[in-house]
Amino acid sequence: MPTMNIIQAVNDALRLEMRRDRDVVVLGEDVGKFGGVFRASQGLQEEFGKDRVIDTPLAESGVIGTAIGMALYGLKPVPEIQFADFIFPAMDQILSEVAKYRYRSGGQYTCPMVIRTPYGGGIRGGHYHSQSPEAHFIHTAGLKVVVPSNPHDAKGLLTSAIRDPDPVLFFEPKRVYRAAKGEVPEGEVLVPIGKAKVTREGRHVTLIAWGAMWHEADQAAREAAALGIEAEVLDLRSLQPLDVDAIVASVLKTGRAVVVHEAPRTCGFGAEIAALIQERCFLSLEAPVTRVTGFDTPFPYTLESEYLPRAPRILKAIREVVAF
Amino acid sequence: MPRVRDIEDGRWEREFPLRSVIRDDGSADPADVALPDDQAVDLFRWMVLSREVDERMVQLQRQGRIAFYIGAIGEEATVLGTVAGMEQRDWLFPSYREHAGALFRGMPLVTFVCDLLGNAGDRMLGHQMPCHEAWAAGRFVSISAPIATQVPQAVGAAWAARIRGDDMVALTWFGEGATSANDFHTGANFAGVHKIPVLMVCRNNGWAISVPRELQTASETIAQKAIAYGIHGERVDGNDLLAVHAATRRARARASAGQGPTLLECVTYRVEGHSTSDDPRAYRGAEEVDAWKARDPILRLGRYLSWKKLVSPEEVEGFRVEARERVRRAVEEAEAFAAKPALETLFEGVYAEPLWQQREQLEELRAAVAADPRVANPR
Repeated sequence: MPTMNIIQAVNDALRLEMRRDRDVVVLGEDVGKFGGVFRASQGLQEEFGKDRVIDTPLAESGVIGTAIGMALYGLKPVPEIQFADFIFPAMDQILSEVAKYRYRSGGQYTCPMVIRTPYGGGIRGGHYHSQSPEAHFIHTAGLKVVVPSNPHDAKGLLTSAIRDPDPVLFFEPKRVYRAAKGEVPEGEVLVPIGKAKVTREGRHVTLIAWGAMWHEADQAAREAAALGIEAEVLDLRSLQPLDVDAIVASVLKTGRAVVVHEAPRTCGFGAEIAALIQERCFLSLEAPVTRVTGFDTPFPYTLESEYLPRAPRILKAIREVVAF
Repeated sequence: MPRVRDIEDGRWEREFPLRSVIRDDGSADPADVALPDDQAVDLFRWMVLSREVDERMVQLQRQGRIAFYIGAIGEEATVLGTVAGMEQRDWLFPSYREHAGALFRGMPLVTFVCDLLGNAGDRMLGHQMPCHEAWAAGRFVSISAPIATQVPQAVGAAWAARIRGDDMVALTWFGEGATSANDFHTGANFAGVHKIPVLMVCRNNGWAISVPRELQTASETIAQKAIAYGIHGERVDGNDLLAVHAATRRARARASAGQGPTLLECVTYRVEGHSTSDDPRAYRGAEEVDAWKARDPILRLGRYLSWKKLVSPEEVEGFRVEARERVRRAVEEAEAFAAKPALETLFEGVYAEPLWQQREQLEELRAAVAADPRVANPR
């Protein structure tokens, strides 16, 4: 079985789906001849031609707006937004249009598409190359939001997303784009959207994370083990639909939960998860649900290590909830 | 500032001349007329119906029977001339005044009224406010309220058709106010770069709610904006159905032949308020409105039809009576539906299949309604 990084896994999924389904098209800034600034679409234009791998002008609302028209007509567009930080010019198209087409037309029109975009900090990118805007999209009914943490899931979830009947925001953790390596089967890989994965079992505390922060949670869990604390680690993989059953099952077992995300704390997705846990696990909780997150500031440049919820801060939170 | 210009002598007005076919006396040069006589009569009847629908729906709104209405009084030639100039297989991306386009493409009038009522017969399941219809069977795409978002979408659909090798030209309508919005620019630019078979129709009706065209753009014409995108631009008298139709046919032929998009400016006038929510007397004078009423597109086409002896005054009156009766019956039939769609429709169509949130919240709502019926009728 070949070893891949996340970029290679994304590229592999795109290539296989484009071979399988002539309606799949890729469009965005620099995605064609150059193969994308992160090289996720490298080689696709050579194989599939300029009609199906399209270099667009530099306007995100146009990338998504034209992708909508393609999807309405019956193609399966996979637009790329070069950095998640630049998705905001397309927000009107995504929130007002993509998310609402099925609902507002009484099911007469749908626009399934997969909006791929690299997100997250830790690459010394400042606040225009580091943000994690997932909560905006989860908050908008009609969109699905998927965040893989590793190459296997990146390939399997992207394949599922392309075949999904609903629009999917596919956030790729760019800090671990190349660092996260793993075995990925050749040929078709499908990971169902909406299923979390318990990547480490434990009985004292549940760590809930996704994307790049799963790696930090996993690291914190290893360090906690050395202290005699058995942390269970849940990789959510899909934020909408959310595998609430997996969260509840784990927290009912451990009685404690620490939610980790890069985005600012206030109204971050951790707030929703904490609310769900208190609604469904109230009598089983041994400690308050704790959030380890980015801070309520714009994403900083120099102090990004301090800003990001890396393993040492997660470990501190683990010790506090266990001692509560 | 003169808002009805009889002498157009600006540089760009000369560059993009206002094309018309029907003269003030109703006559026309046969060489300019492309529309067969029977179609001209047919479109006249559509314009009469459109006017009748708009006037009646405004009345219903005033009577409190529908919540809101936005129509196209005075702009019927622009809407019907363009839709009639396209092929049935072409997709239409409307803004929110082109209801006659949906009806022309086969949306039953009673369905349209049900959508206004948001009742159990509403094809949109009560999900949208009035005047935001969709009619997929007629390739009339769903209407949204954000301005100009439909422009790049039309470009995308036409692009998809070209990728698949289909001869389909997409048409999108928008007002002159929309030419200030980023998606107009984005759509025109994408279409120009990739030579997309799309027809961008600007209904330049002079007003965006209370803001006059002069405060939208410093350009002398809308059509000249085409130059910057490297696409074809044309300016036509939007109250002249024959001129609008002919321009649409020309633009469609160019697009279909791979010659790229057209920005077609139809110069017309919004005779009424923006919608039932505003009173235009607060921001413009009666003289201007009266001057445009004299240029009414239905009177204009009517004069042509009588000049050509295609219809008699009695027949014209007959069309009106017929339209009034059609609308009356449609309203009666639509109002016979239950006032609201079923409760579960609130959660339908958010996703292909409901997520646990929609399923749980439907049960929560059912329980709340059962516990206290005022949930459905608070007052």
